[in-house]
Amino acid sequence: MVRLRGAVALLGRFPALAGVDLDVEPRRVVLLRGANGAGKTTLLRTLAGLVAVANGEATVLGVDLVADRKLVRHRVGLLGHATGLYDDLTVGDNVRFWGRAAGAETDDVEHALTRLGLDGRLRSVAVSRLSAGQRRRTSLACLIARRPELWLLDEPHAGLDQDGRDLVDALVREATAAGATVILSSHELDRSLQLADEVITIAGGIVTRDESSGAS
Amino acid sequence: MLHDALLIAGKDLRLELRSRVALNQVLPFALLVLVLFAFALDPDKSALTQATPGLYWIAVLFSALLALQRSFAIEAADGNRDALRLSGLDPAGIFVGKVLAVSVQLIVLEMLLGIGVAVLYTTRIEGWGLLIVTSVIATASIAAAGTLFGVLAAGLRVRETLLPLLLLPVLAPVLIGSTRAFEAALNGSPSEGWPWVGLMSVFALLYIVAGVLGFGPLLEES
Repeated sequence: MVRLRGAVALLGRFPALAGVDLDVEPRRVVLLRGANGAGKTTLLRTLAGLVAVANGEATVLGVDLVADRKLVRHRVGLLGHATGLYDDLTVGDNVRFWGRAAGAETDDVEHALTRLGLDGRLRSVAVSRLSAGQRRRTSLACLIARRPELWLLDEPHAGLDQDGRDLVDALVREATAAGATVILSSHELDRSLQLADEVITIAGGIVTRDESSGAS
Repeated sequence: MLHDALLIAGKDLRLELRSRVALNQVLPFALLVLVLFAFALDPDKSALTQATPGLYWIAVLFSALLALQRSFAIEAADGNRDALRLSGLDPAGIFVGKVLAVSVQLIVLEMLLGIGVAVLYTTRIEGWGLLIVTSVIATASIAAAGTLFGVLAAGLRVRETLLPLLLLPVLAPVLIGSTRAFEAALNGSPSEGWPWVGLMSVFALLYIVAGVLGFGPLLEES
């Protein structure tokens, strides 16, 4: 599913990933933890094919990221710090647009809106008028409408209320039950540890501890 | 590619319908430019009449810069460019879709500006066939070149000032061709205008091919 060997990714001249080794098996939930600036976001963006692998080996969903990282993008779903939403479009318009862009059917879009509790009045509300938590829900709806094989969630609980956080956890469990793999970063360790099958600690752009394998 | 292009064009036009930036800002700006030209040249009516085609296309060009900047500003907000990269949409389709959306907005703007020219400059409009064909080809050229340079400038902090600097020299042949073709149409000698339409068609094709091929790599770098 995911295999990195000595993967180096640069942000400008700075090595944001300085030789990462990582293996993730299908249908697993992997928690990335580490301090701010440790490289968690860069690792997720690298796995999504947004950041180039400058050195080393990287394979995601059978795609060699060094050869052509663009080939993996439509198969992953990345929930980042930014929402990726158009402020002047409604919630329904945004989910429909990003869903259709990924080839989703109308049923997938409707399911996503319903599952995130956005199928009522909120569907017709412009994103610019939403709260931060509602925006986060809309981004999640866009992600699940795409039906990605690999979920990459960067602080998925951030900005959500208790119900929203519980919903994220439920969606992660549903995704893995349906065959997807989830890699998430979170500072909410208690909650995330209950979700995770494996915990990986990252610091200074390298994996310092992999609790599933005991690698250093 | 066609599916992706229509998806992007539909999204951009829906955004414009909701935000009404072109209607509330670009159109008043274009009309203001026409009015100012009329004030500047009013004492010499013959100069105004003679300069009408050029003034019209300069007003269109200035307005197009605003529309193009808006087209990429919506992608710069809140991670939308990353979302586009991850979407799986064909970059050539994104390019064509953006060109279509900008072209539709410009065509509407040009029709309204045409009415403005007829009223403000008391211009008698003749040679409809040449005027329409010229407008369509010039609009496609402006939208294609603007979209290509728009994505080039999109990732830079100086994009607002860089886009006109990059785009205006490239569009000089289109400005010259469309102005000459309009002059010929308004003077009642359309046969003199068609060679300019031919020239503009070559540039339009060049910009579109460059955009279809170059938009993807530029989107990656922006």
